[in-house]
Amino acid sequence: MTIKSLDELRKLREENSDRVRLRELGDGTGDRVEILIGMATCGISSGARDTLNEFVDLIMKEKMDHVKVIPVGCIGYCHSEPTVLVNMPGKKPVLYGNVKGKIVKEIMEKHIIGGQPQEKWVLNMDFERA
Amino acid sequence: MTEMRTNIMVCCGTGCVASESEKVFKNLEIIIKARGYSDEVQVVKTGCFGFCEQGPIVKIEPDNVFYVRVGPKDAKEIIDEHIIKGRKVERLLYTEPIEKERIEKQEDMPFYKKQLRVALKNCGLINPEDVYEYIALGGYEALGVSITELSRDQVIEKIKKSGLRGRGGGGFPTGLKWEITKRQESEVKFIICNADEGDPGAFMDRSILEGDPHSVLEAMAIGGYAIGADKGIIYIRAEYPLAITRLNIAIKQARELGLLGKNILGTDFSFDISLKYGAGAFVCGEETALINSCEGKRGEPNYKPPYPAEEGYWGYPTCVNNVETFANISSIILKGEDWFSSIGTQKSKGTKVFALAGKINNVGLVEVPMGITFREIIFDIGGGIPKGKKFKAVQTGGPSGGVITEEGLDTPIDYDSLLAIGSMMGSGGMIVMDEDDNMVNIAKFYLEFTMDEACGRCGPGRIGTKRMFEILCKITSRKATMADVDALKQLAYMVKDSSLCGLCQTAPNPVISTLKHFWNEYLDFIEDADDGKGEGKYKSKSNIKIKS
Repeated sequence: MTIKSLDELRKLREENSDRVRLRELGDGTGDRVEILIGMATCGISSGARDTLNEFVDLIMKEKMDHVKVIPVGCIGYCHSEPTVLVNMPGKKPVLYGNVKGKIVKEIMEKHIIGGQPQEKWVLNMDFERA
Repeated sequence: MTEMRTNIMVCCGTGCVASESEKVFKNLEIIIKARGYSDEVQVVKTGCFGFCEQGPIVKIEPDNVFYVRVGPKDAKEIIDEHIIKGRKVERLLYTEPIEKERIEKQEDMPFYKKQLRVALKNCGLINPEDVYEYIALGGYEALGVSITELSRDQVIEKIKKSGLRGRGGGGFPTGLKWEITKRQESEVKFIICNADEGDPGAFMDRSILEGDPHSVLEAMAIGGYAIGADKGIIYIRAEYPLAITRLNIAIKQARELGLLGKNILGTDFSFDISLKYGAGAFVCGEETALINSCEGKRGEPNYKPPYPAEEGYWGYPTCVNNVETFANISSIILKGEDWFSSIGTQKSKGTKVFALAGKINNVGLVEVPMGITFREIIFDIGGGIPKGKKFKAVQTGGPSGGVITEEGLDTPIDYDSLLAIGSMMGSGGMIVMDEDDNMVNIAKFYLEFTMDEACGRCGPGRIGTKRMFEILCKITSRKATMADVDALKQLAYMVKDSSLCGLCQTAPNPVISTLKHFWNEYLDFIEDADDGKGEGKYKSKSNIKIKS
């Protein structure tokens, strides 16, 4: 398969950028949006793995280079797994609970892209109650 | 199908491979498959991260977690704890030696903070055996831009303005060398990559070839276009089997995509590369000896002029450049000559890769902007001297270089300031010595090497190095007198001034340098020395003073 022009090379670059997107991401400094997903035993048993994969698929589809999805350990809110912590640069972290199915897409569109935290699924990170 | 959500980068440079990193890679793959995560997690073999002291290195992306000293048995824990459950494996994180705190991110480590990776930019980031990953990070774009949008003179202007100088040690301006070769009128020209890295302890070129071979191929093609050559040769030492394998794979892949061969990217520029293997001769790193070896002759240097740019391979104009020099070319074309010349000092632009070795905590490969001081490299990046010992000297330039003592620690590193203090940049080996090292032994070690490697063509080289070595042996076995030390001094200057090529011209440098800075250590070995104050009872016949 011969590359016949500079334009074709650039197209090939686009097509293959997914393969290395994760790595450029990891090495960058600066403002990245981080989506942390609790993947401890309670998380996994509640389907956090599917949640994580959903987020990754959406990000790859929209080619959002500034968003990182990172699996983390137990966030502590085991009663509302799967839990997802969204860190937007410069803002307080927002913790979502029971994030399954359609909720992933809603959070993606309305909070991560739209900038509006979705109150109805937000868990209050309160130290007064367990 | 789900997309990959994690990439596990496993360092597979020769250093880490020698510590079983390939087994780590295999175990990671096996366990990921067994746990059913093959569609989501990818394990990638990559090039040298530089932190060789702490190898094997495993880096998890996009988490940006850096694991050190990973053994094959650790693979299970990394997968089960970190990949599946998101819990970092604390005991595999890097422990900073002074505060003893664990650091998980590369950019927070003192080893990496002052580094600027240009030549090594893709090492640790891509799989060197996959041309598509190289292309995904902008690979071959520089070649495309050069041959379709820039004229040959424009390419040369860019390299000239960038200030790039030969990284093999000579420091000759690369743009100028390309221009001189271009100006020669000849239908046939060649461009050669000198991958014969012979300095003991140097592995900069090896790491670039193992970790990012395409960057060298691309740069050779750009150089070929600029000077008017359609054939490139990579002269690589046979002692680098992994680099040879990776280069062969890279050349094959580039040819398949039409990035090497006829009518590249639809233009009328054709270029191809072949490999020539060395056979264990240090002298073949010298460009005329290298060319003789390529022609099938014994590797002996020729008198210069004529320079290879005028008359080289089979008599045709030939441009010989070092691996690291090539590794900088694509960045200059894509990011611009102004960006490159903004890094470094007045006369030495860009970065330099050093192989830090010897009595230092963080042994490995570092790339730093020119102008950084020795103190910063040895103490900030290198982590200082192990076991709390005192720093004594640092040697640059391999067997051709001199030593730098405590007083020279704040010298900024660039071609000219190193020459001014009696050393040289060389290809990038940097050996650190502590209070327990004997400098006479160090000089003897280097001279044994150069004596063995002297090709024999010229008298001063053939006989001079041997006699110097014999005297050094006599000194260290306490059988020498002041007359011998005097003879050593005379010989050193004689060999330096009258040898045919750079190998023996610079072979006496360790001797001259240690005689100047560590005179007392020589006297310690001599029976009839005065009480260490001077020339002793023997009155020197020659008036040779140690030149500064």
